[in-house]
Amino acid sequence: MPKISMKVNGKTMSGEAEGRTLLAQFLREELDLTGTHIGCDTSQCGACVVHVDGVAVKSCTMFAAEAEGAEVTTIEGMANEDGSLSVIQQAFQDHHGLQCGFCTPGMVMSAAALLKDNPKPSEAEIRDYLEGNLCRCTGYHNIVKAIMAASGQDVGAIAAE
Amino acid sequence: MPKDHGIGASPKRREDVRFLTGKGRYTDDIDIHGQAYVHFLRSDVAHGRIKAVDTSAAEAAEGVIRVFTGADFEGVGGIPCGWQVTDRHGEPMQEPAHPVLAQGKVRHVGDPIAAVVAETYEQARDAAEKIVLDIEELPAVVDMKAALKDGAPKVHDDLTSNLCFDWGFVEENKDAVAEAFDKAHHVTTLDLVNQRLVANPMEPRVALSDYAAHSDESTLYTTSQNPHVIRLLMGAFVLGIPEHKLRVVAPDVGGGFGSKIFHYAEEAFCTFAAKQLKRPVKWTSSRSEAFMSDAHGRDHVTTIQLALDEEGHFQALRTDTHANMGAYLSTFSTSVPTWLHGVLMAGNYKTPLIYVNVKAVFTNTVPVDAYRGAGRPEATYQLERVIDKAAREMGIDPVELRRRNFITEFPYATPVAVEYDTGDYNATLDKALEIADVAGFDARAKASADKGLWRGLGMNCYIEACGIAPSALVGQLGARAGLYESATVRVNATGGLVVMTGSHSHGQGHETSFPQVIADMIGIDENMVEIVHGDTARVPMGMGTYGSRSLAVGGSAMVRAAEKVIAKAKRIAAHLMEAAPEDVELKDGAFSVAGTDKSVAWGDVCLAAYVPHNYPLEELEPGLEETAFYDPANFTYPAGAYICEVEVDPETGKVRVDRFTAADDFGNVVNPMIVDGQVHGGLAQGIGQALLEACAYDENGQLVSASYMDYAMPRADDLPMFQVDHSCQTPCTHNPLGVKGCGEAGAIGSPPALVNAVIDAMQRNGRDVTHIDMPLSPARVWTAMQG
Amino acid sequence: MYDFELVKPSSVDEAVKALADEDAQALGGGQTLIPTMKQRLASPGRLVSTLGISGMDGVSAEGGVLTAGGAATHGAVEKGAAGSYPALAALAGNIGDPAVRNRGTIGGSLANNDPAACYPAALLASGGTVVTDKREIDADDYFQGMFTTALDEGELITAVKFTIPEAANYQKFEQPASRFALVGVFVARHAGGVRVAVTGASEDGVFRWTEAEEALGKDFSAAAVSGLSVPAEGMIGDLHGTPEYRAHLVKVMTGRAVAAAS
Repeated sequence: MPKISMKVNGKTMSGEAEGRTLLAQFLREELDLTGTHIGCDTSQCGACVVHVDGVAVKSCTMFAAEAEGAEVTTIEGMANEDGSLSVIQQAFQDHHGLQCGFCTPGMVMSAAALLKDNPKPSEAEIRDYLEGNLCRCTGYHNIVKAIMAASGQDVGAIAAE
Repeated sequence: MPKDHGIGASPKRREDVRFLTGKGRYTDDIDIHGQAYVHFLRSDVAHGRIKAVDTSAAEAAEGVIRVFTGADFEGVGGIPCGWQVTDRHGEPMQEPAHPVLAQGKVRHVGDPIAAVVAETYEQARDAAEKIVLDIEELPAVVDMKAALKDGAPKVHDDLTSNLCFDWGFVEENKDAVAEAFDKAHHVTTLDLVNQRLVANPMEPRVALSDYAAHSDESTLYTTSQNPHVIRLLMGAFVLGIPEHKLRVVAPDVGGGFGSKIFHYAEEAFCTFAAKQLKRPVKWTSSRSEAFMSDAHGRDHVTTIQLALDEEGHFQALRTDTHANMGAYLSTFSTSVPTWLHGVLMAGNYKTPLIYVNVKAVFTNTVPVDAYRGAGRPEATYQLERVIDKAAREMGIDPVELRRRNFITEFPYATPVAVEYDTGDYNATLDKALEIADVAGFDARAKASADKGLWRGLGMNCYIEACGIAPSALVGQLGARAGLYESATVRVNATGGLVVMTGSHSHGQGHETSFPQVIADMIGIDENMVEIVHGDTARVPMGMGTYGSRSLAVGGSAMVRAAEKVIAKAKRIAAHLMEAAPEDVELKDGAFSVAGTDKSVAWGDVCLAAYVPHNYPLEELEPGLEETAFYDPANFTYPAGAYICEVEVDPETGKVRVDRFTAADDFGNVVNPMIVDGQVHGGLAQGIGQALLEACAYDENGQLVSASYMDYAMPRADDLPMFQVDHSCQTPCTHNPLGVKGCGEAGAIGSPPALVNAVIDAMQRNGRDVTHIDMPLSPARVWTAMQG
Repeated sequence: MYDFELVKPSSVDEAVKALADEDAQALGGGQTLIPTMKQRLASPGRLVSTLGISGMDGVSAEGGVLTAGGAATHGAVEKGAAGSYPALAALAGNIGDPAVRNRGTIGGSLANNDPAACYPAALLASGGTVVTDKREIDADDYFQGMFTTALDEGELITAVKFTIPEAANYQKFEQPASRFALVGVFVARHAGGVRVAVTGASEDGVFRWTEAEEALGKDFSAAAVSGLSVPAEGMIGDLHGTPEYRAHLVKVMTGRAVAAAS
C-alpha cells in the first residue's frame, strides 16, 4: 500500500492509503484522529468536515491521496495552544450548542470556516452556511446562537429559552 | 436570579469538553488488536424464497476468514420481542421467528442473508459480491390494508395471516361509545396518516465484539441506549450466554431517539462470530445500510371520530388504527401502538368514553418500533387534529373548545386506564398564548400578505405518559421485563462520589445534571460527583434511557441510593460527635447536632467509613456505598401547549415555519439549559415530521427514500429560533424529585400545531382544505390547494 | 468502493494521456462521483484528478464572455463571476453547501449532467461553449439527455465559456432532501433574444422553454409568461413532486427569474 504524508494540525504525519482510502478514513484509522466522524455516505451530514489548505471540505468525499502534502486541520487541532477551548469551542459549551457530540466536530470546523470569511454573520447567514451540517439533537437553535456569540455578537436578545 | 449551582442551575456541561476537542469515544473509535470486519449481504428484494446461497467463491476470496449464513444459526435463538400484546378476544399476538440471518425467506429489503468476516472491511465487501444467491422473488405486501385482505401474500408462512393482533381498548367500552356517537349532537371524522419515519441519529450503529477464551467471557461494545437490556435479550434469548459471562458496553453514543433501544441482529452476530472465530469482530453501519436496518418509527393509518354535544363538550372518542410492524417484531414494537398510544387518547380532556382499535400488521418492510415519543405523537396528532377540525365545523374557537374540555381536577382517572397525578393545562396554554404574541397575529398576517404569502396560526395541547416504568402495571400489560431503574452511590474515602446509574446518556447530559442533584442533597461541589453509565461491568443493573425516563426513574433511584448513603453517614457522624443519629443534620457538606456547636465535615465522615479507627463496628459495617432500585408507582404526565405560525407560498405550496412557541409543564427542572435543549431537539424532529420527513416504499417494497438525497432531514435553515418556556410547574407527586421528563415533549407536541397552522392559512384564504397528510411538502400543499 | 489507481497530472496533455485507458475517468472534486463509488455504482480502474492541472482552475471575463477553467470549483466561480456575471455567481454560490463548493468543479458537474444540476441551466441559457482538450462544443449541442453529453470517452473539459447576457437570473426551487433543483430556471436576456433553460424538471434533462423565450423576446416581463403553460408530459414524477407540479413550477420560477432579472 502506498505511503502518503500530510501536515495535520501542524505536524507532519504519514500513513498507508489505497487509492480508495478516504481522507476521513485515513485520519481516523491511520492517524488515530477519531474526532472526525462519518455520519453519511452521500456527502450531506458534514460530521467529517475538516480544513484542507485553509478551506472546509468533507473529508469523507475526498481521497486521502488528494490531500498528500496538504495542510490539514481537524477538530483535534482547534483548541488553543495551552489546551483551553478556542473561542468557538467555548461558545458551543457556553450556549449548549451540542448534545450527543457526534456532529459537533463538523459543526465547529464549519463555524470556523464561516467566521473566517464572514466575521459577523447574521442568523440567516449562519443557517444558510450550515446547509451541509446536520444535527439531530439541538434543533440548531443553540448552534446558531453559539456561532453568533463566538463572532462577538450579543445573543441576549435571542430567546434564551 | 438564576441559581448558580445545584438543582435549578445551568452549569456548563462537563461532557462537552471531550466532544468539542475530538476526544469523545464512540463505538467506532474503538479498535481491538486483531479485529476482523463483517459486511452483511442484505436482500435487495422485499420478499423472496431463499433457494440457495453459494458462498464458496466468497470463502476463497482474499482476506476472508469465514462466511456465515442462516444455516449457521440453526439452533441459535432469534431476536425476541419484549412485549406480548393480548388481542380483543383474549388471544396472544402472532409472534414470528426472527433469525439473526435470514432462514428460508427474506422479508424486507435489507434483511441480512449472509455475513462475510474478513481481515479488512473492503475485503469483506468485495467478497460479499462473490456470493451467488438463488432467490425466488415473491409478491410483496407493503400496504397494510391490502396485507389484511384474503389471499394476500403472507410475510410469515407459519402464521395464519399478516395480522399480528387486533387490539381493542377498552373493549368493554365499545358499545357504550357507539351509543354515545348515536346520540351525539355533532360528530367529526378525520382520516389521517402518521407517516413512517427514520430516527437518524447522526452516529450510525456500530457493534464490536470480543471474546476472551481464557475466561469464556464475551464483551460487546455497541451503540445502545440500554446496554443491560441488550445483555439480557442477547444473552438470555439469542445466544444463551449467562449474564456473568457477558459484558455490554455502550460508550459515547451519538444520539438514539429510540432507534438504539432495540436489540439488533448485528449485535448478536458479532458476539456469536467473535466466539466462533476467537477474534474480535466489528461492524460499522453506513448511513445507507442504516436506512434499511435500523428500526423505523410511526407508520399508523387512522380514522378518528369525536362526538360532541351542542356546547362542544366531548362525549366520546373512537379511533381505528392500522399500525405497521414491518416484517418482524422489534423489541418494543408491539407496545407502541397499544400501551404507549391507546392510553393517551384522553389527552388533556374530560372525554368520558373512549374506544381504541388497533390492528397491527406485518408487511415486507423494515421493522417499526419506538421513535422519539413512540405512540404518544401518534395519539396527540390524531386527537389534536380532530379537535381542530371539530372546532372549525362547529364554529367554536379552537382555544376555547380545548379549554371547555380541559381536565382541571387532579388526580384524574381517564377512561383509558391511567391516572394523571397533577397538571394545569390552562396555565401552559395561557403562557403559550402570551409568549406567542397571538394578539400581534393580524399585523403579521398583513405583512405576509403584502409579500404574497399566506400566514396561518395553529395550536395544540398535549399530554404524555413518561418515566416509562411501573413494573407491576407494565407486566400486566404484557411487558416481558421490569422497568425500574437502579443506581449505586459509591463514596470514596476522600469524600468524592461515583454514581453508577442504569440510565444511559447519549446527549441528555446526565454527567452534568445528575451530580447537581447529589451535590444539593449533600451540600458539596458538583465536581466531587462523577457519573458512570453504559457498562454492565461497572453498573449493577439498568433498564436504560427511553420514554423520558432517565431523571424521573433513574434519577429517583440515584436519590434513593444517596438517601441510604446519607442515612449511614449520619450514623457514623453521630458516633464521631457522640450524639444520637436522629439529632444529626447534614447541611452544606457538614454534619452537625441540633442545638450544639458539634460539627464534622462530610469528608471526615467518609474517611472514617474507610479508616474505621473510631467507628461503631458493632452496629455498622465499614464502607460507604449503597444501591437502590426504584420502581415508581405511576407514569409521569408532562403536558403543555404549542403554537405555530407559518407562511405559505400559494404559488409553490412551500411552507416556512416563522414562529414556534412551546410552553411545557415538566414539573421540577434540574437543569433548565439542558431542558431547553431537549425541547429544541424534540421540536426540530416534530417539525421535521410535519414538514419534511417521510420514509417511502414503492409497491414492490423497494425503499424509495434510502438516503439523505430523498429523506429530508431538517436543516438549520428549515427552522426558526424557538420560544420555549417551562415556568409552569406542577411537580410530579410520586417521585422524590417531582420531575416528569422532557425528552420527547417537543416531538410529541409539535406536529399538530404546524399542520393546524397550514390548514388555518388555507381557510383564511378561502381554500376549503380540511386536511393534508404529513409531510406538508410543497408538492402536497400545492396539490391540496388545487382542490 | 472498488479500488483504483489515482493519477494526479499537472498538465492537460498528461491528463489526456492518462484518460486514454478504457477504465479511466476524470475526477474533479468528486462530490458526486465519490458517493456513487461508495455505492459501488461506478468502478473506474483509474481516476485522473483535474484539480492539480495548472491553469485549469481560473475564472475570468473578457469581451462579454466569462471563461471558467474546467477544474474551477463552484466556490471559485462564485467569487470569480461576482463582478462580471452575478447571476452565474449566485447560482454557483447556492450549489450544495460550502464544503461541497470548495471541492466540486464546474467541469465535473457539466460532464456528469445530472438532470437536477444547476450549471446545465446556466450554460444552456447563457449560450456558450464547452471547451475540451480537442474541440469546442456549442451549449445547444452539448446536453443530450439525463447524464448524457456530447463528450467522447476520455475527452476532458478544460474550460467552459458563457456568453454574458444583458440581464439574467436563476431561480432554484429546491428538492427538500437533496437540495438539488426540483425545478430550476435560468432566464437570460441577450441582445439577440431571450433564452430560458430549465433543469430538474424533465425526464430528458435540461431543456430550453422556447415558448417562453418567444414571449419574453417580445415583452421581457413576468406577465408575458403568465398565460403560458408547460405540458406535464415528460416531466419527472417522484416522491417530491408530480409531473403536474413540476410543470407548474417551471412557469412560476420563470416568472420569478424574469422579475428578478429585469
